[in-house]
This record gives sequence, C-alpha cells and structure tokens, in this order.
Amino acid sequence: MMTGKRKSIWVFGDYRNYYQNRVTLQLLSKAVDLSRLLDAEVCAVVVGHDLEEWIMEYTAHGADRILAVDHPSLTSYSTEHYLILMEKLVRERDPDILLIGATDFGREFAPRLAKRLHTGLSADCVGLDLTPDGLLVQIAPSFGGNMLAEIVTEKHRPQMATVRPGTFREIPHNNERTAVVERLPLPAQLPPARVRQIQYERAVQREHTIENANVIVCGGRGLGNKNNFRKLDDLAKLLGGDVGATRPVVYAGWAGHDVLIGQAGKHIKPKILFSFGISGAIQHTAGLGEADFIVAVNKNPQATMMRMADVAVVADAADWLNHLVKELRRRIRE
Amino acid sequence: MLNIVVCIKQVPMVTELPWNEKTGTLRRDLAAGMMNPACKHAVEAALRIKADGGAKITVVTMGPPAAEEVLREALAMGADRGILVCDRLLAGSDTYATSFVLGRAIGREVPGCDLILCGAYTSDSETAQVGPQLAEELDLPAVAYAERLEISGRTLRVRRLVDKFRETLEMEFPALVTVSMEQYKPRYASFAGLNRAFAEADILSVNLKRLDITPAELAAHGSRTKVRRVFIRKTQKENVLITGAAANAAAEFLDKYQRKISAVIGKSIEAKKQT
Repeated sequence: MMTGKRKSIWVFGDYRNYYQNRVTLQLLSKAVDLSRLLDAEVCAVVVGHDLEEWIMEYTAHGADRILAVDHPSLTSYSTEHYLILMEKLVRERDPDILLIGATDFGREFAPRLAKRLHTGLSADCVGLDLTPDGLLVQIAPSFGGNMLAEIVTEKHRPQMATVRPGTFREIPHNNERTAVVERLPLPAQLPPARVRQIQYERAVQREHTIENANVIVCGGRGLGNKNNFRKLDDLAKLLGGDVGATRPVVYAGWAGHDVLIGQAGKHIKPKILFSFGISGAIQHTAGLGEADFIVAVNKNPQATMMRMADVAVVADAADWLNHLVKELRRRIRE
Repeated sequence: MLNIVVCIKQVPMVTELPWNEKTGTLRRDLAAGMMNPACKHAVEAALRIKADGGAKITVVTMGPPAAEEVLREALAMGADRGILVCDRLLAGSDTYATSFVLGRAIGREVPGCDLILCGAYTSDSETAQVGPQLAEELDLPAVAYAERLEISGRTLRVRRLVDKFRETLEMEFPALVTVSMEQYKPRYASFAGLNRAFAEADILSVNLKRLDITPAELAAHGSRTKVRRVFIRKTQKENVLITGAAANAAAEFLDKYQRKISAVIGKSIEAKKQT
C-alpha cells in the first residue's frame, strides 16, 4: 500500500424523506464519476439513529466507505448537532470534496458548515465538472436560472457545493456492492441544542398557489385586449391550471398584480407553460424557473419566448387561444 | 425594547440589466437597483414586531454607494436607522467574506442587538448563504425560512415548512432568523414615511477603516470562492415550430402532445379514434 493519502469525495447522507434520500443517491453517482477521474474514494457520511437502511442503500448506490454516527440522541435532524459532528469528521479526515443535497435542510446546514471549516461553498449547483488540474467546477444558477456561474474554491478544502435534486441520475441499486463501514461513537460532550424543536410533523399538502401549479397559461400584450386575455381563464380551467401575466398586461389593467410572473412578481416552475403573445423580456423569463415544457404562441418566430419554447406556434395569439379552447372543450366533452 | 437588525440587499432590477447578449455578461455597475424581495419581507416582519411590542429597527446593507437607496426605502417603510457598509475593497465578496464584514459591522455599530433578520435568499445570486453564515460568524442560534415569528419575553418561536415537514422551533435572544416570502407581505411606504426617509434620514456610512478591518484581516477572512465565468443558459429544447391555419394547428398540436398534457393534468384530452 502506498503511504500517500488517497483523495476522498464525501457525500452527506440526507435521508429524512424519499426526495432527500434520492438526492443523496444522485450525488453518490456523480461522486463515483468524479472519483474515477481523481482516483479518489467515495465516502458517504450518515448521522442519526437506526441507520442500517441508509448504510445498505448508500453501499448499493456507489459508496466505497461509510462513516456512520448512530445514536438515539440523533433521532431527529438537528442542524447544531450535525454541525458539531461533521466539523469534527472533516477536520480529522480532510476530504477533498464535500457534496450536500440542495434540500431545505442542506441549504441551511451547508453554509454554516462551510463557514466553520473556513472554506468556500456554492449554492444549488446544476452541474459539476473538473478542471484539467482536478479542481471542482461548481455550476451555480443565478437570476432564476437565466445565468450560470462557474465557481471554484481554489485554496481551501474541502471544496463544498450544495447540488439541486434531479441534477444527476442515480446508479441502479446493486446488492453485490460492498463498502467499508466505520461506526463512529458520539463525542461525549455534545451540548444541548440552542434551537429547541417544539413541534414537528409531516406537512399536509400545501394549499394550491401559482408557485406550485403544474400548468400555467400566461398572457402578454400580444393578446391584443382585455377580453382576449380573459379567455386564458377558460383554458386554465380546462387544464386545471392558473393564469399568469406579464408586466405590460398588469399595467394595462388586464390582470391583477398578484398574477404577475417575473422578477418583480411570482416565480413559477410549472410542468407545462403556455405563453400567449409574450416576447420574453428577461424581467419576465427570470420568473419562469425551470418550466419542463413550454408552448409559446406568437406572430414573431424570432421572439425570445419562441426560442425558449419546446413548441413554438407562429400564429395570432388570441386566434390560436380561441381554437385551442374550442378543440379542448370538444375533446373533454367527448 | 427589542433591538432588531435587518440585513437587506440591493439587487439589480433585471428589467434594466445592461446586458451584453454576445458575451453573456452583465454590467452590474450600470444596472438600476431595487430592494431584494425577501429582504423586504424581513423588514415587514421587523415592523410587525415593532407594532406589537416596540422595537428599534436598524437596517444594514453592504454594497456600493447607490445601495443607500434600499436603506431609504426601508426607512420609508418604518425602520428607524440605516447603516451602509461600503468600501471598494468589498467588491466581489462571496458569502464567506460578506458574513464576516456584516458580522463586524453589526457587532460594532449595533451593540446589544437581540434579533437579526435576513431575507431567506436574494433574487440575483440566490445562494441563501449569508444569513446562516452570519449566524455562524456571530455564534448565534438561527433558523432559516421562517414563515411566522412570535415573541414572548426573551424567547422567539419560529414556524416554518422545510422539506415537507412543518416545524415549530424556539430559541432565546440573541438569535438570527431568515424570513421566507410565504407571509409578511411587505407594506407600501407611506407618504409621511417617504418624507422622513429623505428629509431626516438617520443613515450612517461605514468603511473598513471605521470597522477596524485591515487589508490583511480582510484577506484572511476574504472570499473562498472564485467565479471563473458567467454565461447564459443554453436552451436544450426541441423547439418544434408549428405554423398554418389556427383551427387545424390547434388540433394538430393536441394530437401530438395529448399524452404529455393528459399525464400532467390528470385527465384525458385524447381525441377519440374516428371509426
């Protein structure tokens, strides 16, 4: 065995719900990719109580080593206690890279950990890469995802990033894989947390808002007048969606400020976005986030919104809206 | 009476972004600014606390001289005092450096502060890191994404929704909270407030020298990250173009995408097969 210390890529085990666990598995997958290029070890760190399920899961999804701190006092998530434990582990073992899922928990926990470790951190990354000399390139969004920045932490270690869930694809579960599992004791002197948890429950579905709507039909000045704009209500009703508006439309009094989509209004992330008569000025597109499927209708095929769209319909927006509503009504009635 | 600090940030109004499409760069120095929306919610939360039990509210921002505008806006809403942390050497600071300087400014200029509020995230860089890192800098208990704050004596109760869990947490002052945009819809500044914010504004401008931060100290606590390049996201859309008479095109469109749409809306819009 060589005496030189092997580099290590750490993934923080965030497991509280399915979605949190998935992002951990996705990060393990990316860590495996990076580890091949860096000749590094992939290590999952998991803190809590009754961790066997996660130890098996992380092993099956690509971890070479698992550091587990299992104790009844760690049954529920505590940012403060996790900070103490992680700071200690990182200082003792000096990983090169530390990846954390950009869950709500991760985005509160990681900044404090980075500050404690006096290292850099990038937020909610949508890509990770390596420079030719092995530096982690952290691709982070800004301005509602319209711009991306490549960020590096040159001198300080570990290189830390929180990564948006869904960015990477997890490696299929493989029962044959094995990992070195280190079960570590709780440091004796864990102080009482200053933030006390009074109540904690699984949230019932949050009430419907435009921000979490699956379908949004958005209208701009290209619809021509208020009456045409109102027809968006019919389409929204048929599709079970919400109506959104651009700033000129709100200023013209066709719609209220509460449905303004954009930098100065609501930020949406629908699965399907219909955009009628909208050119796509950046103050509007900054609120669109990551719409999965965009249908834009505009007379001008060169409009930014048309270029952003999955389906760009070159037509008079009001006219096409009428026909679409008619056709949908016919199909739903049938 | 509670001594509250609200950290706010001026962000570029993207309507006004001087944007170079070719290079994909942004002249932030030329952009018109506005108060970051979540910061405005944090100011509102402080104003509600003030209305309930009395408080002195100091708004603090770090930025170029023009960032004074957001302090005036907060004063017009009802804050009592503004502090602008401004120094050329601070340009380009990341969250690590920013939280260090803000921590020093609050420690020096607002001693005995009970509660620090921040917006949960900013609409420009969207890191959501400065609040938690400021808590770390000042060694304060902290909670992010607060939807509701309740105070009884020296205890602060915070409600929030994180990762599909609803939580109620408590901590003692001094403490730090980042405020989400779920509640605390910001008020509009009153005419009297605007008058006060311009006629008799209590705004203090501090530089690194006043904060006793030497260049060596700033370097030691300076940015850990470096931005190599900023670029516009490339769209990876299939970009199908549909033209033709609207009536036919609408039907054609639905034929092509009916399955996708049906799956999302949870009901069938698939045309019945003609027999």
